[in-house]
Amino acid sequence: MTMRLYVWQRATAALMAPLVLVHIAVIFYATHNGMTAADILSRTHGSIMWASYYGLFVAAASIHAAIGVRNVLTEWSPLADRRAGSFAVGFGLLLVALGARAVFALVLS
Amino acid sequence: MHRGSALWIAALVHRLSGLALAIFLPLHFLALGLAIEGDARLESFLRWTDQPLVKFAEGGLVFLLAIHLLGGLRVLVIENFAWRDGQKQLATLAAAISAIIAFFFLARVL
Amino acid sequence: MLAELSVSLWRGGKEGRYETYRVPQRASQTVLDVVTFVQRHIDPTLSYRFACRVGVCGSCAMTVNGKPRWTCRTHVAKVAGSGRLEIGPLENLPVIKDLTTDMQPFFEKWQKAQGVFAPSKTRHEEIEQIRPDSAARRLADAAIECINCGVCYAACDTVRWNEDYFGPAALTRAWTLVNDERDAGGTARLQAVAGAGGCHSCHSHQSCQELCPQALNPTAAIAGLKRRTTAAYLKGEIKA
Repeated sequence: MTMRLYVWQRATAALMAPLVLVHIAVIFYATHNGMTAADILSRTHGSIMWASYYGLFVAAASIHAAIGVRNVLTEWSPLADRRAGSFAVGFGLLLVALGARAVFALVLS
Repeated sequence: MHRGSALWIAALVHRLSGLALAIFLPLHFLALGLAIEGDARLESFLRWTDQPLVKFAEGGLVFLLAIHLLGGLRVLVIENFAWRDGQKQLATLAAAISAIIAFFFLARVL
Repeated sequence: MLAELSVSLWRGGKEGRYETYRVPQRASQTVLDVVTFVQRHIDPTLSYRFACRVGVCGSCAMTVNGKPRWTCRTHVAKVAGSGRLEIGPLENLPVIKDLTTDMQPFFEKWQKAQGVFAPSKTRHEEIEQIRPDSAARRLADAAIECINCGVCYAACDTVRWNEDYFGPAALTRAWTLVNDERDAGGTARLQAVAGAGGCHSCHSHQSCQELCPQALNPTAAIAGLKRRTTAAYLKGEIKA
């Protein structure tokens, strides 16, 4: 792991600690009250707050997961470092794309 | 056997939970993205997840999320703060807390 | 009637197998005693290393029932449950023969981590006064008693998974030098431990800390290196 990857990995981890706690609270709230899709979407639709919160979460999680996956591949798979890095970047981009689409779906569609 | 020590297990669980969450995340995003096709589409998916088996799986995911977070905090504390004793006990406590959170999730949804 | 131990010893090099010997059990017997018995009374072709026999040199480290330990300081009574012992060479190092390993990679990584004192003064200058209770010296002293036995290196899974990783001992020595006011290694040493194989690969499994016969804490030393290198990186003193 390089200095740069390490710093990004730890920084996104620290950032996500409070984000995850809020997310667990959201999970509890949304699932217990038996919320319908309409209930959820009426709350998220057009909300700058939810867009910002989950947008940030998607970005941080994508970076963090990609670097984590890269570490696992370099240590546990026979892939060379460069291949592992490329795969990780691809995976990170996939998460960002799908995550952004999900945020869009909840806030703007 | 040093490989069975509580802290070695904590590191392994952190890694495995991370992998599981990484696999889950794209699916999670795809599910939420169903809202693009309209309320009804997302609604029918949400009702599909009402099944007890799915709820158990969700409880498992909540456990994985909680334990990955706590395992990550373990690393951040070791790397950024003064060395502390009692880490093995804290690691065991973290597993228990994660299980309790998952238990409460299941108790509320089942 | 003396009890007998069933002792499996690794015979061969990288390829080989465990062979079993029967060794009489004795009071206060150590694992080194057992290995020595086999070599002297059963099979003189057995290769193994030892020197002091009293737990100060670190030469006799081997894998005993899955754990790397000093065999002269491991009582058979404590580890041979049901009279069985499995003894192999230290892991993560090339096997020369039987129970002896090639320590060269271990010391090469020591060099790569710049675990070598870089002098800053000559004999013609004033001797620098180092207070033993200064914060930096305390940190260095807590990590300085490494005798290069290789137990931490053999125990470390990150060493096993990542052939570039310097390992706990090399990084701990680098840490002592980072805290040595007399040392002139400076940012070059931080750069050395911040690159491939450096401190950031450590996952804090703490097998090293758990097993170090000198009660050193490489996990803490490596955490210290992570802090120093991160600070240096953010200040632009070292590169990614």
